Amino acid sequence: MVRKGDWVQIHQIVLKPEERAAHLPEDTKKVPLELWVKGFALEDGKIGDEIEIQTVTGRKVKGELLKVNPRYIHDFGDYVPELTKIDMQLKEIAFGGGKDE
Amino acid sequence: MNRDMSYSAVMSRKNEIMKKAIGIDYSLFESGGISFDYERMMREAGYSLEEIQRIQSGTGVGNTPILELRNITALARKCAPKGKGARIFIKDEAANPSGSFKARRAANAVYHAKKLGYKGVIAATSGNYGAAVASQAAMAGLKCIIVQECYDSKMVGQPEILEKQRVCEAYGAEVVQLSVGPELFYTFLRLLEETGYFNASLYTPFGIAGVETLGYELVMQFREKLGKDPDKVLITHAGGGNVTGTARGIIKAGADKVEVVGASVDLSGLHMASDKDFNRKSFTTGHTGFGIPFATWPDRADVPRNAARPLRYLDRYLIVKQGEVFFVTEALSVLEGIERGPAGNTSLTAAFALAQEMDEDQTIVVQETEYTGAGKHPMPQISFAKQNGIEVLFGDPDEEIPGKNIVFPDEPSKIKIRDFDLSKAKASYIKNAINNYGKTEINRNDFDFLIKDAKSDEEFVLSVLTELGVKIS
Repeated sequence: MVRKGDWVQIHQIVLKPEERAAHLPEDTKKVPLELWVKGFALEDGKIGDEIEIQTVTGRKVKGELLKVNPRYIHDFGDYVPELTKIDMQLKEIAFGGGKDE
Repeated sequence: MNRDMSYSAVMSRKNEIMKKAIGIDYSLFESGGISFDYERMMREAGYSLEEIQRIQSGTGVGNTPILELRNITALARKCAPKGKGARIFIKDEAANPSGSFKARRAANAVYHAKKLGYKGVIAATSGNYGAAVASQAAMAGLKCIIVQECYDSKMVGQPEILEKQRVCEAYGAEVVQLSVGPELFYTFLRLLEETGYFNASLYTPFGIAGVETLGYELVMQFREKLGKDPDKVLITHAGGGNVTGTARGIIKAGADKVEVVGASVDLSGLHMASDKDFNRKSFTTGHTGFGIPFATWPDRADVPRNAARPLRYLDRYLIVKQGEVFFVTEALSVLEGIERGPAGNTSLTAAFALAQEMDEDQTIVVQETEYTGAGKHPMPQISFAKQNGIEVLFGDPDEEIPGKNIVFPDEPSKIKIRDFDLSKAKASYIKNAINNYGKTEINRNDFDFLIKDAKSDEEFVLSVLTELGVKIS
């Protein structure tokens, strides 16, 4: 349940596939143009409801309620061992005292 | 107010919306044909170098340090023939308030917006420019909306772009996120119309003039440090503003012998408007998907006349591979102790190869770095690539196929110089100009403009025009 005043993310279809611009690649032509924006809920509701929000600039926008207090999901990803291999090679060539020294 | 908000109706109001949102009457500089008075536009619609320095210092932008990369230079020399290997320096633009050189562009745009009395600013960008506009807007007390192309149709986004969303929100901006497609421009126009905010376009005269301080400062600092001008300045090239602004600043510093070299990451074969290709690239800027179209037709931008005209200034244009840039980003970290974002290291990668064909007493300045962190770092970008089925391997970077694999050089000497043929770019620019204006005959004015805009000569432009069957009246 979302209460009026909660920080939420909503979703909108801006253009249906048939309303999109000409000359798009085939894969893009098949899908709608979608929009996501965050703001304060102006009414109570539940996930999936159409609600109105007020963004931080004060704009009022309507859309499908997607998330409450949406978290940032990006991080440093999985460890990439190839990078450590590069690091070790670089240090060996630069400082390792190989046969060029 | 019951305005028609359909795609075609909003797009047809484009000129009217833009005029209100930028406050520049571009018709003052038009000739009625292909040509326009570029220098007059830069002079009258922009700001002088002194004014910009004052504006930027007011918000803590600029005066970033130049650092010598001694260990990377030594590494390049180990890969180079005896006596070769120029000294490599870097201008640490990550030291700007928003973590990249884009603060210079944004400082001017936001200052101008405030001066003209706008209540807020809007910029369409998924890159560092969003962070820069949001940061400057926060300082100026203006409202800010950043419009991002962010997700594919499954709501999966590049970690780098997700980080830009976070940082824009951290600076207090509203971020409007969109799925893939050029109709971002439609949403952008609707927002300008709805809010009456200023269009903080990347391509206005004041935006580009904001970068002039970078080139100017670079030369002045270098002279102070080494008592001479650098031989080459390496600039990551995407939309053209970085090249144009920096080169104009170098010229204003009187360093007319400096070779201006652009560099972009090779993303050939990936379609920039493709939902599927969107998450198959590991670089969201500084790549050929922007670099080549904007060089060969700058006026595709969101303003009637683009102030960024890179072909006017480029002496050389080098192409690097994704795997090479990640490799050099690691080198900057572990050999120099400077951890910076990969996209900003595009020109450093080109510099590493280019230094090896120059003499040891020559110098290269790489003119930018950018901030790094979660999302905007080799680790998340490479693990995201792996999740998207991109193969990651060691070998010869020339075998890298954008969207299929990322090839790390198996040794640093595999990082190579790949020249993009600038005369090809110039010819295609001239063709685009002729086709976009539908000309079969041009006047002397247009002819002279094409020579200047392509940094070319009469003979070359004439040969392209003859091939196109276009006469000069």
